[in-house]
Amino acid sequence: MHPAPSVIIFTTFSGLGFGLLFWLGLGMPFVTGWAAFAYFALAYAMAVGGLLASTFHLGRPERAIRAFTQWRTSWLSREAWTSVATLLIMAVFGAGLVFAGQRFAAVGVLGGLLAILTVFTTSMIYTQLKTVPRWHHWSTPAMFLLLSLGGGAVLAGQTLFALPLLAIGGTVQVVAWMTGDGRLAGSGTTLASATGLGNLGRVRAFEPPHTGTNFLLREFVYVVGRRHAAQLRLIALIVGFGVPIAFLVLPYNPLWIACAAISHIAGILAQRWLFFAEAEHVVGLYYGKR
Amino acid sequence: MTQLPPPSKVKLGLVIDLDTCVGCHACVISCKGWNTENYGAPLSDMDAYGADPSGTFLNRVHSYEVTPDEGTAKLIHFPKSCLHCEDAPCVTVCPTGASYKRAEDGIVLVNEDACIGCSLCAWACPYGARELDTAAGVMKKCTLCVDRIYNTNLPEEDRVPACVRTCPAGARHFGDLGDEDSAVSRLVAERGGMDLMPEQGTKPVNKYLPPRPKDTADEIDILAPYLAPVAGEAKGFVAWLDKALSALPGGAK
Amino acid sequence: MSLDQPQIDTSPKVSDEVRKTTCYMCACRCGINVHMKDGKVAYIEGNRDHPVNQGVLCAKGSAGIMQHNAPSRLRAPMKRVGPRGSGQFEEISWDEALQIATDCLAPIRAAAPEKLAFFTGRDQSQSFTSMWAQGFGTPNYAAHGGFCSVNMAAAGIYTMGGAFWEFGQPDWDHAKLFLIFGVAEDHDSNPIKMGIGKLKARGAKVVGINPIRSGYNAVADDWYGITPGTDGLLILSLVHLLMKAGKVDLDYLAHYTNAACLVNEDPASPQAGLLLRDAQGQPQVIDRRTGQLAPWNGAGVEPDLSATHSADGVTHRPVFHLMAEKYICDDYAPEAVADRCGIPAARIRQLAAEIARAAFDDPVILDRPWTDFRGRKQDKMVGRAVSMHAMRGISAHSNGFQTARALHMLQILIGAVETPGGMRFKPPYPKPAHAHPKPHCKVTPGAALNGPHLGYPQGPEDLCLDDSGAPARIDKAFSWENPLSAHGLMHMVISNAHAGDPYKIDTLFLYMANMSWNSSMNTRGVMQMLTDTDANGDYVIPRIIYSDAYSSEMVAYADLILPDTTYLERHDCISLLDRPICEADAAADAIRWPVVQPDRNVRGFQSVLCELGAKLGLPGFVNEDGSQKYADYADYITNHVRRPGIGPLAGWRKAEDGSLQGGRGAPNPDQLDTYIANGGFWMAHVPEEAAYYKPFNTAYQDWAVKMGFYDSPQPYIFQLYAEPLRRFQMAAEGEGPRQPPEHLRARMTATMDPLPIWYAPFEDGVVDTAAYPIHALTQRPMAMYHSWGTQNAWLRQLHGRNPLYVPTKIWEANGFKDGDWARVSSVNGSIVVPVAHMAALNENTVWTWNAIGKRKGAWALDNDAPEATEGFLLNHIIHELLPPKGDGQRWANSDPVTGQAAWFDLRVKIERVDAPAEAQPVFPPIASPVPAAPHDLAWKVGK
Ligand SMILES: Nc1nc2c(c(=O)[nH]1)N[C@H]1C(S)=C(S)[C@@H](COP(=O)(O)OP(=O)(O)OC[C@H]3O[C@@H](n4cnc5c(=O)[nH]c(N)nc54)[C@H](O)[C@@H]3O)O[C@H]1N2
Ligand SMILES: Nc1nc2c(c(=O)[nH]1)N[C@H]1C(S)=C(S)[C@@H](COP(=O)(O)OP(=O)(O)OC[C@H]3O[C@@H](n4cnc5c(=O)[nH]c(N)nc54)[C@H](O)[C@@H]3O)O[C@H]1N2
Ligand code: SF4
Ligand code: SF4
Ligand code: SF4
Ligand code: SF4
Ligand code: SF4
Ligand SMILES: [Mo]
Repeated sequence: MHPAPSVIIFTTFSGLGFGLLFWLGLGMPFVTGWAAFAYFALAYAMAVGGLLASTFHLGRPERAIRAFTQWRTSWLSREAWTSVATLLIMAVFGAGLVFAGQRFAAVGVLGGLLAILTVFTTSMIYTQLKTVPRWHHWSTPAMFLLLSLGGGAVLAGQTLFALPLLAIGGTVQVVAWMTGDGRLAGSGTTLASATGLGNLGRVRAFEPPHTGTNFLLREFVYVVGRRHAAQLRLIALIVGFGVPIAFLVLPYNPLWIACAAISHIAGILAQRWLFFAEAEHVVGLYYGKR
Repeated sequence: MTQLPPPSKVKLGLVIDLDTCVGCHACVISCKGWNTENYGAPLSDMDAYGADPSGTFLNRVHSYEVTPDEGTAKLIHFPKSCLHCEDAPCVTVCPTGASYKRAEDGIVLVNEDACIGCSLCAWACPYGARELDTAAGVMKKCTLCVDRIYNTNLPEEDRVPACVRTCPAGARHFGDLGDEDSAVSRLVAERGGMDLMPEQGTKPVNKYLPPRPKDTADEIDILAPYLAPVAGEAKGFVAWLDKALSALPGGAK
Repeated sequence: MSLDQPQIDTSPKVSDEVRKTTCYMCACRCGINVHMKDGKVAYIEGNRDHPVNQGVLCAKGSAGIMQHNAPSRLRAPMKRVGPRGSGQFEEISWDEALQIATDCLAPIRAAAPEKLAFFTGRDQSQSFTSMWAQGFGTPNYAAHGGFCSVNMAAAGIYTMGGAFWEFGQPDWDHAKLFLIFGVAEDHDSNPIKMGIGKLKARGAKVVGINPIRSGYNAVADDWYGITPGTDGLLILSLVHLLMKAGKVDLDYLAHYTNAACLVNEDPASPQAGLLLRDAQGQPQVIDRRTGQLAPWNGAGVEPDLSATHSADGVTHRPVFHLMAEKYICDDYAPEAVADRCGIPAARIRQLAAEIARAAFDDPVILDRPWTDFRGRKQDKMVGRAVSMHAMRGISAHSNGFQTARALHMLQILIGAVETPGGMRFKPPYPKPAHAHPKPHCKVTPGAALNGPHLGYPQGPEDLCLDDSGAPARIDKAFSWENPLSAHGLMHMVISNAHAGDPYKIDTLFLYMANMSWNSSMNTRGVMQMLTDTDANGDYVIPRIIYSDAYSSEMVAYADLILPDTTYLERHDCISLLDRPICEADAAADAIRWPVVQPDRNVRGFQSVLCELGAKLGLPGFVNEDGSQKYADYADYITNHVRRPGIGPLAGWRKAEDGSLQGGRGAPNPDQLDTYIANGGFWMAHVPEEAAYYKPFNTAYQDWAVKMGFYDSPQPYIFQLYAEPLRRFQMAAEGEGPRQPPEHLRARMTATMDPLPIWYAPFEDGVVDTAAYPIHALTQRPMAMYHSWGTQNAWLRQLHGRNPLYVPTKIWEANGFKDGDWARVSSVNGSIVVPVAHMAALNENTVWTWNAIGKRKGAWALDNDAPEATEGFLLNHIIHELLPPKGDGQRWANSDPVTGQAAWFDLRVKIERVDAPAEAQPVFPPIASPVPAAPHDLAWKVGK
């Protein structure tokens, strides 16, 4: 899949933002006034910024409001609902903290759960796609949730939770990569099944339908060199998980937390780039690009 | 609307004959022409005269080379447009309801006025049957020429998709695959019409007729008698000729 | 949630109006419905009533709208201001343009008309352009047939009075076995596809004989991946097997071919090898009823295929004996030819057996009585369900004429020409060689030529030679080098004019031919010749006038540009006098008419010729008072009378009683409007009893006279033995007053065999085939027409580049990988191009799509368009001359009989090289005479 900056930024930052909101909703940390303002501003900047970034992916962003209509079937529509609900409820909760110094615990818990539900809906947008076998797997929501919770915990300074979440996250990531590599091959979808010609012999794409490019090739066919991917994986693992963990095990210091967060974000950007770039859409088979 | 309607009785679709398609791209261009002028936004072309031209097409013709373990390689031209799936994943993923499957005939369409161009439907389609139009920002796909097949402004015989009407080889057939007795259904039954990517569970309505067996010869003992020599060389041939001619009607010899 | 769907309009208005005219995106000439909105072209579809395409339309036809709107369209007449080849022009008025042309041409006509060479490329108005050239008085006129497929045309005409495509078609409705030799697309684009579709629907078998398995060969049920240039050998081997097995149609051969005609066998006789004729000059046969000599066409005569005749000590044997001797010989045994053809002997036997089975086990029998020209009545039409078709794969070789003859011989042997299930002619064909004009070349300053330029020589006396025996024409057509060059040799014009051989010319006037690029062999050399200057700094070819509609590569090399309209903006006629659109069951002709008016300062070329002809005072173009005769082409189409009762269009002519009739009649001032009202074409069905056996069928002959194809019945028989060839062979042997130059004698004796033969393509004999082991071919992409397709925004997305396709053996030997490039070299030079792998390909053949590669600056494309950076032409490494043989001659790379350019004889070698920045060679960009194209397109007409 084409690693479009808009979707990378969207998934990375909205995941982190909603993760942070989750912890804030649970009152971890319990902050009020300006401190609360700062935390909430960060969380909203990330969540809303991410959502806004996602609209750059739209052909007709001015009509985005229509995305709320199909919550019965569409994970994207559900994401629209849960994200807006989260942002509204957490706004109430945050306002209590910032302006009234009040913690409406039930509202916070509800908002926090909605935040994580939002991340889940986001992940399901990808997971539901049978057409992208790498994504069509439990590890996709698992990763989205672990990274959102883990990253949120880092930002929220919840080292206690951040450490195990990052550790598990890193492990699950490795599992996702390893198993993901064979998933297209294992999916049963091949050029033979795509063309129905397999019983006649080995099928090879001969001439494409057009010598130029098109939407499908731009959107779905992205080829990453294997060496390049391996390097990036290592970088994502070290920068996204290893380095933050190292900073977090250091004696508590806001500076280390900031360093851990920055490193984590950088790592997750790389991870997300790979998430898209390495994902193979079955349509590539038709073009002989697999 | 992104709920799929209950399966319709009428299932309109195409049957494409891979044994006959010569790969001429006529269907591609006629589709482009019709749909540029008709349903929804025109199909645009970017960098039309430049280094990297790229336009929206609703129908494209691939070609594949198939090499058997033994014998000669074969080339198969392979047109592909929306298959109007019964379990159309492109419909259920759509957040706006723009993508829908018509209850009456099963045609899968995009309501361009509602489409936000999120591309998710294209992501969900395993066949590459949807293309986002760069100029219009909305999703385009084969409409099964819904604006032709019922169009009372067209003569009856022209109420077929543009691609079907134009196909010089007659490799494209249009009809109701929900009706077992329709010409298309009978073709599918006779020729072993197949689904593409059945494992994706989309239940395509469009069917593909596989290429007939090629490069097969009758046993040599069936063919050999046809070449049994009447003569070894020219002289013998003339002798045979005299005999053969006297057996023909037309005058004394 | 409810399932309510948006309401959509399923019956939108389709268009304001439909205008029916004829497509011109290729020579197939399908009928089109042009849908108009707001006075603009909105959508083009096929015309269902049209005989050619019956409603279907190919990709090019549907994309006609983009051609019509192409940014490369020329906008006004232009005169060159920069050096030739630079592309620098100044737009001028039509008055000035016509004045320049007149000032240049009038003195030539007055002094030496041959100094004008007028060659028209993909011309569909040849009966008109040739009339213009004839009126001008120059012998130097022809269209593109010489580099296209004259081998096919001439072999067909000389053998049976018609060839494939133009003149004939398979009997799609009855054939059970269809053999297609060397066709990628052909002119009959849509009909062939429709026909293959029909065959497939009926379960008939399609066999492809082609080194490359794409397109028609991909859908073929069986494929013979033959080695290029060896079809003749394969065919003669099939003939060998069928004759040896007696699987030939004796009745048909006896009655409808010259197999029974008697040949003089006496080597000492001045008639050696000629047919025995009676006092009236009619070839003689032995009548089986009497055992006596009789003319071939005598009433009731039963020609004997076997009986010989001796008189005055000279033995005369029937042609069929000579054939038996020639073809039942072991030289043509499958085992003897298998290796050269690249086809195992068993497969050759298989094919022969399948032909025998389809032809004789299961004849097609139609319940239609008919009577032949000898008065023999038959109650049924019996045919052989074997159809064949062939095109440039056999035609574009230096042995193409004889190969095409061999193929027709095969068809005739099994009785599969003009019989049900076989090949059928399209009226006004068949028409035998002797019924065609002969070439004319007598020049008189200030006057017309003494007759039509092109024709079918019957012997050396018909050649176009000057008094010294040298070629009279600039292209050396109808000279000893290529006596039967019925279409001229357009590919030799520029190099001969440049060399001043046989003489220098003054003005080269070209129409619709991209000679500085894809239509020439040795493209780089041609560009050089067109720009070359003499010691005085003057161009060696002094003046070039050119008519094109688009900014092609050739435009840059002209001094004066006469910009044409697009096909939707002008009148045109596709005439029975020319290459009509007829089908086997109907005579038909058609028009184009301006469905839209040009929005630029352009004029239809034919209309321009009407005016130029009048300015020059050409006969036929001026009235008695010297005024202009035809206001424009539409006027000519309506009012020109070729022979009494016969004009450019056969439809709706005026009968004596004033009613309208097809065929003969006086001009009808409303004729064009009637055509328009009738969908742009006219059609007259062949009566059922006349539908087959046309050359021999009295019903057809009578109908043809009624339609005006000829003035009296002209039955004839097929010429398995081609006497005109024998006459040239005799000249080469020293017989007769006109004698060829010494150096040509041996070649003429060998190649002008009156019975079909095979010899290796000439290039094989001149280049070291071990050093250049690979055959290199081109194919037409179905969705592209030569160079014009590229300016089409839709089509160029389909074919914007053309890799060289390489078979597995060569691919692996060179260690090629996807994305690799290779240097491809012939003896003439080398190119560096991208390669791609193809397994379904003859193992010694590489190929690419034709005419995708473009010169930078042409066609209103960006300079970095893939056509100009990665696309390439094979033409750079093909040459119009063979490499020197050391005999002091440069032999043409053409067929020795017809002069057909031997594009497909090319031998190459190939090696892997690092990818260059661009395909090589790279030529500097030419300045574009049209403004830059828009970047994006998203239009909808009428909204
Ligand atoms: N390597 C290789 N070369 C080949 C061949 C091959 O097989 N291989 N094939 C050969 C053959 S058979 C042929 S016929 C030639 C074809 O070669 P050409 O006859 O040269 O074909 P085009 O490239 O179509 O060029 C025709 C010119 O006509 C112009 N034109 C188009 N429409 C109009 C119009 O309406 N009015 C006017 N006035 N001009 C117009 C186009 O712009 C173009 O410049 O190529 C030959 N060249
Ligand atoms: N779409 C489209 N249609 C066209 C044209 C076009 O440019 N585009 N051009 C028109 C013109 S001008 C012409 S002349 C016709 C030509 O129509 P075709 O005759 O179909 O011409 P080519 O595309 O040159 O194809 C030649 C075929 O012969 C095969 N071949 C080459 N050498 C041999 C051989 O030795 N033996 C055999 N058996 N096969 C061989 C090649 O593989 C190829 O398939 O097409 C006309 N129609
Ligand atoms: S028009 Fe018909 S033959 Fe041509 S590519 Fe399309 S399906 Fe195939
Ligand atoms: S082919 Fe693709 S776009 Fe069409 S219905 Fe099926 S899934 Fe949807
Ligand atoms: S692109 Fe349009 S039709 Fe497709 S899912 Fe998005 S909104 Fe729906
Ligand atoms: S049915 Fe209509 S929209 Fe669909 S591919 Fe054919 S022409 Fe295009
Ligand atoms: S075959 Fe195609 S391009 Fe040629 S005349 Fe017919 S529709 Fe036009
Ligand atoms: Mo041609």
